Amino acid sequence: MMVGISIGAVNVPLGDVWRIVLHHVTGAGEAHSDPALDQIVWNFRTPRVVLAAVVGAGLGVSGAVLQTVVSNPLADPIVLGFSYGATLGAVLVITLGGGAALAGLGVSAAAFLGAIAAGVLVFALGQRRGRLAPTRLVLAGVAVGYVFLSATSYVQLQATPAELRTVMFWMLGSVTGAQWSQLPTVTAVVLVTTTLLTLFGRRLNALLAGDESATALGVDVNRLRAVLLVLTALLTGTVIAVAGSIGFVGLMIPHLVRLTTGADHRRLLPLTALLGAVYLVLVDLLSRTLNRPNEIPLGILTALLGAPFFLWLLRRNKGLD
Amino acid sequence: MKLTVDRLHVTLDRNPILRDVSLQARKGDIVGLVGPNGSGKSTLLRTVYRSLRPADGVVRVGEDDVWALSPRTAARRTAAVLQDGGGNTTGLTVTEIVALGRAPHHGLLGRDGAEDHRAVADAVDRCGVRALADRDYASLSGGERQRVLLARALAQSPQLLVLDELTNHLDIRARFELLDLIRTTGITTLAVLHDLDLAARLCDHLVVLHEGTVVAAGPVLDVLIPRILGDVFGVRARTERHADGVIRITYAADALADGETTADGPPEHRDGRPPTGT
Repeated sequence: MMVGISIGAVNVPLGDVWRIVLHHVTGAGEAHSDPALDQIVWNFRTPRVVLAAVVGAGLGVSGAVLQTVVSNPLADPIVLGFSYGATLGAVLVITLGGGAALAGLGVSAAAFLGAIAAGVLVFALGQRRGRLAPTRLVLAGVAVGYVFLSATSYVQLQATPAELRTVMFWMLGSVTGAQWSQLPTVTAVVLVTTTLLTLFGRRLNALLAGDESATALGVDVNRLRAVLLVLTALLTGTVIAVAGSIGFVGLMIPHLVRLTTGADHRRLLPLTALLGAVYLVLVDLLSRTLNRPNEIPLGILTALLGAPFFLWLLRRNKGLD
Repeated sequence: MKLTVDRLHVTLDRNPILRDVSLQARKGDIVGLVGPNGSGKSTLLRTVYRSLRPADGVVRVGEDDVWALSPRTAARRTAAVLQDGGGNTTGLTVTEIVALGRAPHHGLLGRDGAEDHRAVADAVDRCGVRALADRDYASLSGGERQRVLLARALAQSPQLLVLDELTNHLDIRARFELLDLIRTTGITTLAVLHDLDLAARLCDHLVVLHEGTVVAAGPVLDVLIPRILGDVFGVRARTERHADGVIRITYAADALADGETTADGPPEHRDGRPPTGT
């Protein structure tokens, strides 16, 4: 993370980064002699890196849980429609929304509401005879996703070129605009839901054994699925709301952890959070440095870096067949 | 723990699947549930391990209606080995699968303790899967998987075992070994078995389901009589205890024609010769 803070359009020596962060966090030592550097490190870089870490953790964990909830290794916030719901919400506000001053808060709130709306729809459509069926959930997610996507495309047609650029950047994901003020909520949601989901670890493990076996192991499968869906929709909605829809993290990170340390959710979820955080901090670092001083949206890099690595991993591991 | 199923009715999508089904297993009994495909055997099991709520009637494990118990309390009494074959358990080791049996013994904040480790180790040893303990479950053979799933059920420390076609796809020796293992546990067991010979070998009592109702119940020799074997399974056969103490079924070469029935043990068939197939 320190490296992530130090490198950017202006490189700051690591020693200075330490001093500035330490000073702000603990009050130890003196303020840095160069206020501009202090400003860059503490007000721009640090919140950005923290946000990248939190978002990476959230996306990874929600992917890991969703894969188990719908017993499908391909599941992630995109497949279940959450991301497209958020996108529609955001795009609506960007193109139709009021003043620029409102936009910052408005886009996030709308994206969050969009993700939750998608979650509610998938939840309602994924039921049969009062039970949430895994295959039905996936199909409902895909269908709801397409509806939101087509609505998004339609709204985009009405947008001005300037708005389209904002929309595009948002859809590809970014932590550029990170501010200290938005961090507490996101961090709290990610920490609390990840902890709760990890507490459900034993039951998530039982769910791996199949619905009937899980029932025989004392798990109320239907209620568990409902609770997990609500928690993941909340988690994804919160994360996407601040960082846009960043793909592939929720798919790649959980599988990477499973392949290396196994599928026990009590280990899987904390490790996924950790690795997701590290991954997105690194990707964000690349996004700032590959094409300085311009930035490459995160979504482009997560997929570009992730996919080949993921394929290589699949080829190496024969346990998945 | 004893199992009592009392006047059970089950309906799925408005179709009656089970009608007025009653059966009992005393503590320590092994009761076999037999019947042709679609007779309602697995459905009956689902009501016992609390997966399917009956439209009417009651299932009691011990003295309690299973639907009056919480899912976890019910699962501390009843363990099941089912046909979903372990689900999507790639990435879990054999030990982790067996440890799933401890799930009903913990709430959200429960951590594994000495008792859990003992129960898991004990189940692993009893089912002879110690050598596989660190293997990925997905890499096991069919027979190995069944032993692991049985170990998971034993780790649950149950007082009632529910088994759905435990020995399917296993070779004959593995079948005998598993059945002997179940006998030695002494746990009350309700087992769906496709193979009547295995049912005769394992069970104290049999219950025959046909089109959702019980058509016969009792000791093996009283149940697997020619009339039942003919009416329910459509075969000509007779059942007897051989000199070595094992009950065997002898089948005639051809099945019954549609609509044909066998008289209940006509005199000429009681002399020890197999029934003639004419």
